[in-house]
Amino acid sequence: MSLRDNPLGELKVPLTWAAAIALVVAVVAATAILLSDRRETFKAEAYGATRKASDTVLAPVGDVLAAPGRWTGAGIDTVRDYFGAASENRQLKAELKEMRQWRDVAIALKDENARFRTLLGLKTDPPIPMVAARIVTDSRGPFSDTRLANAGSERGVKAGNPVMSENGLVGRVIGVTNGASRVLLLTDIASRTPVMIDRTNARAILTGDGGPNPRLDYLRGRDPIREGDRLLTSGDGGVVPRGLPVGTAVKGLDGRWRAVLASDKAPIDFVRILLFEDFTQVVNQKELSATPVPPPTGGPAAEPVKPPAGSTTSAPPGDAKAATAAPAATPANPKPADSADAKAPSPKASAKPAAKAKSADGAEKAPAKTSAEKAPAAKPPASGAKSPSPASSASRTPPPKTDAPAKPKPRPKPPVDGAQP
Amino acid sequence: MSGARPLEPWRWLGVPMLQVMAATILFGIPLRLFGLQLPEPIFPMALAFAWAVIRPSILAPFGVLLLGLFLDFFWSGPLGLWALCLLIAYGGALAGRSMMAGQNRAILWAWYAVTTATAMVAGYLFVMLDSRSTPGLIPMAWQFVATIILYPFAQRLIDLFEDADVRFR
Repeated sequence: MSLRDNPLGELKVPLTWAAAIALVVAVVAATAILLSDRRETFKAEAYGATRKASDTVLAPVGDVLAAPGRWTGAGIDTVRDYFGAASENRQLKAELKEMRQWRDVAIALKDENARFRTLLGLKTDPPIPMVAARIVTDSRGPFSDTRLANAGSERGVKAGNPVMSENGLVGRVIGVTNGASRVLLLTDIASRTPVMIDRTNARAILTGDGGPNPRLDYLRGRDPIREGDRLLTSGDGGVVPRGLPVGTAVKGLDGRWRAVLASDKAPIDFVRILLFEDFTQVVNQKELSATPVPPPTGGPAAEPVKPPAGSTTSAPPGDAKAATAAPAATPANPKPADSADAKAPSPKASAKPAAKAKSADGAEKAPAKTSAEKAPAAKPPASGAKSPSPASSASRTPPPKTDAPAKPKPRPKPPVDGAQP
Repeated sequence: MSGARPLEPWRWLGVPMLQVMAATILFGIPLRLFGLQLPEPIFPMALAFAWAVIRPSILAPFGVLLLGLFLDFFWSGPLGLWALCLLIAYGGALAGRSMMAGQNRAILWAWYAVTTATAMVAGYLFVMLDSRSTPGLIPMAWQFVATIILYPFAQRLIDLFEDADVRFR
């Protein structure tokens, strides 16, 4: 019997068709999964239970597999330290000598800074708590650059937290589960980080493209950057704190400005996850974006006398009832439009310390102010208003309010100073 | 009649799948030697090509889908990206199966490179649409080179199972 006569040969055509149908079904399923995926949002639920489960399983596996590599590295370091101890000692002594001089300068600057802060009433950002973690798996493809760190929600890590190595910013957390967190590197195609050029204070967006040197997009200003300029996080948008080292600027082969990442100086094995909370996580967005209801006018008889042209007050002075009804710290009754301090920082960032101040020292702000009192208080001191340096704008501090000339009138609810969104 | 015995799916689908997953995890450890990281080839590409060449199958596309989803989870890329790219490669190889029959090793290697390039170009386009940014071409080229080097593994799988079922000669 020849092979052609075999009845099993008849199965070939139907099976090919069945295989083609199976392929189409699989393609449709993959397309549906791809279209429904939301990877880069900050919402915790967007990360998905399946991804969390896979990270929970992969973290210990990666930890075990990476252990021999770690041990080998530690062994090599020990041997290298043993043979290079003398030269390293000489180098460290020279560095120490230089650092001592820097220490004296730092102490003097720290003291001067503290005095200026006291004088200006500046509120700087509070220290950011951190969590140390070890990187256990690594993906480096052109379409995704992420790492898995072995610290998760049990240690307070949240989506959006910035991640640093000892040399500089590495990326940010995009997914957290118990015992593991997924770090999106600065080089990932989905990564966008607001940065500034240290020398010129120019802003740019660091955009990952899957390669080792992310692009600097949206550079503004004339000649804002030079080869070798230091790049820091700008803190714009409140996603990462200001001033974290990112790298240095270089001109790429394609003629675009790129960054040589500071974190690339050494293998990223141990990282620090900064438990920094984005402004949008701290503030009650619902309350902030609520539109205030205008106070009832009470008919034509009760209509107040119109203030003279040029007056900035929204309620007649002394009308305690109207002042009480109008919420003072709402967008309807903002700071004077000519306040330089109100314009300089981004809306998100400017409200952050105010929100913190509200919770931290609300009692301190209990004495209420009338709108007449508020107007001068909203204006920053001349020096601060005219030259809002980037360093001072980072703290987004409400101006001091010690120079209120008007007599204060109590209100049931005190306004939150500088809480304009 | 011994040549017509059915090919057990676990032998040509299950075991290679597990091997590929293990290799992917192994190459995902954060190891850096002399300042260089380990290459990151797309190991499942060898299977997607070999399975299409060995025989048409109902289970193989779903195996490819699973491998793609595994890659997406492990690398934390957009979910479904590699699943779709691998299925495109599998579909391309399946469509050209009759042309590949009887060709020598070098020609098959070229076919493998073409299917890999198709999958990566598809990935490039999907990622561009998803992130509204263009991925770097140099890292793509590196991954392409690292992947086509894997062809001998695909060839070994083809040699092992191509003649396992005479119906698909």
